[in-house]
Amino acid sequence: MTAVPLIEVDDLRIDLDVQGRRVAAADGISFRIDRGETFGLVGESGCGKSITALALIGLLRHPLSIGAGRIRFEGREIQNLSPARQRELRGDRIAMIFQEPMTALNPVSPVGRQIAEMFVLHKGKSWREANRLAIEALASVRVPAPERRVKDFPYQLSGGMRQRVMIAIALACGPDLLIADEPTTALDVTVQAEIIELMRDLCAAKGTAVLMISHDLGLVANVCRRVAVMYAGRIVEEQSSDDIFRNPAHPYTRGLVGSLPRLGSRAAHGQSRLQEIKGVVPAITSFPHGCRFNPRCVRVTDVCRTVEPAVDLLDAGGLVRCHHHG
Amino acid sequence: MLAFAIRRSLQIVPTILAVVLLIFVLFSVIPGSIVSALSDEGRGAIDAQVAERMQKELGLNDPVHVRFASYVSKLATGDFGTSFRTREPVTSMLAKRAWPTLQLIFAAMLFAIVVGVPLGFIAALKPGGLIDMASMIGAVSGLSMPKFWLGLLLMYLFALTLGWLPSFGYGDGGLMYLILPAVTLGVSPMALLARTTRAAVLEIMTADFVRTARSKGMSELRVVKWHVMRNALVLILTTIGLQFGSLMGQAVVVEKLFSWPGIGSLLVDSVLQRDIPAVQGAILVAVLFFLIVNALVDLLYVVIDPRIKYS
Repeated sequence: MTAVPLIEVDDLRIDLDVQGRRVAAADGISFRIDRGETFGLVGESGCGKSITALALIGLLRHPLSIGAGRIRFEGREIQNLSPARQRELRGDRIAMIFQEPMTALNPVSPVGRQIAEMFVLHKGKSWREANRLAIEALASVRVPAPERRVKDFPYQLSGGMRQRVMIAIALACGPDLLIADEPTTALDVTVQAEIIELMRDLCAAKGTAVLMISHDLGLVANVCRRVAVMYAGRIVEEQSSDDIFRNPAHPYTRGLVGSLPRLGSRAAHGQSRLQEIKGVVPAITSFPHGCRFNPRCVRVTDVCRTVEPAVDLLDAGGLVRCHHHG
Repeated sequence: MLAFAIRRSLQIVPTILAVVLLIFVLFSVIPGSIVSALSDEGRGAIDAQVAERMQKELGLNDPVHVRFASYVSKLATGDFGTSFRTREPVTSMLAKRAWPTLQLIFAAMLFAIVVGVPLGFIAALKPGGLIDMASMIGAVSGLSMPKFWLGLLLMYLFALTLGWLPSFGYGDGGLMYLILPAVTLGVSPMALLARTTRAAVLEIMTADFVRTARSKGMSELRVVKWHVMRNALVLILTTIGLQFGSLMGQAVVVEKLFSWPGIGSLLVDSVLQRDIPAVQGAILVAVLFFLIVNALVDLLYVVIDPRIKYS
């Protein structure tokens, strides 16, 4: 691909201020997302995927801050833009959906108004015009009777409906990039599928690129063309969705793939229970020396405990950060 | 909404009855009466016959339950009884004094809201900043300073030293006379409001929906105006309501200090003289005021926060 990527993250480090001491909560983060592409970021809680997303949209707040690296949006560095210039991008060109549809909407403001704000902020519309557009936006996320629903308050809507409202807000201005941070984690399973399908349809129709963040590898691989796996503040592997299932290169990714429940696989492999990855994610303040996954890794050797592995390119395209991959 | 308003107003009635009973019982068990109070005033012992006649005339010799029954049945017709001291109907005494007290309370609350709420917002926008520190130190001082002391200081500064304002009294009922007592009464609710507002805004600023608002590309000022303000208002309103009600009680000290002819100073004088009907009347008005304010606050909640439904 020769075209300038939509967004390019280059060696990003995110610092956490722990009582005056700066600790890298995530570092060496590099990836690119092309226009209209769907890209997934997978990892356990606390691996740094959500703060990476917040860094992209410029919403890191104390005690978190960008320590090093560059974020380029359409080839232009945006991490050092003035707050006012960042706000022009935020919501308009880069939008975000959050995990908690229960609390992510203002409880004392009608949902229509919360959508309409986008048109007032970024498109210079009057409130009257913005309210009309909000009804259209609500209709586009397949909310029945949108002209009545705009007057509803969040508490009057179900979790799925609220997440539809969030999607309507995020896509209101037709952004180039939609960041979805665990958009379906808090929802019922049946509703999850509807929301994912809705997001996929709308973004495909508008050519919006998606950065999907989840702990659910199966979900991400299903939605995204490429997937990056994060562990303890680092991207440990990046491959196409197909390859990551067929040939997971990093032992951690293998663990994730192996821990996915699949119908019929028990019988086929004669296994009595799901595989798990032993141990827990290390705390940000005490990442292990060498490879950060070494205390939990089944293939660990001496070199893993002392030398941090560099990024290796994979033959099939993609990259991995492991001494013993393949 | 209307049904709720009516129901909420009716809830006031049993509380009033309980208060009436309580005051009545209280005054029947504490020692002293209008008769002994008169002799304590330095006029020397009252002739035993005169004392006996007074007791009888005022109905003080009847058993408590008889007096209570006759009081309540009169009260039901809007008759608060007759003052033991002045032989004036309590209703007309209260009517004369209600306006100065209301003036004082509303002026104090206005001062508290106009100064306290913006101060809290400003303090919350830069927590730990200079304005925050200064206003919070001011708020703590305002809360902990006794009213009679603060009142004396203000009198000394603005009336005696600077001569800008009259030191005490109601005068012609003009604004100049109102300022010092109102500020004295308003400082502690102002301080409390500043602190509550600051805490409410700080808490709401960490809410998920504020992050959503920021992700929309709003400036911090817009975030506060469009999303934080209304949410904070629910918490602020609670404080305003509670303070409003208790100001009636706090006004007693301020009215006495500034010789303000309100219900508070009437209450103090009547208690000292064991003028039971006047005390009853003054306390009932105070309680009624408290209850009405609280009922109004409950109604306002429904207007501000759509999640609150009374059914």
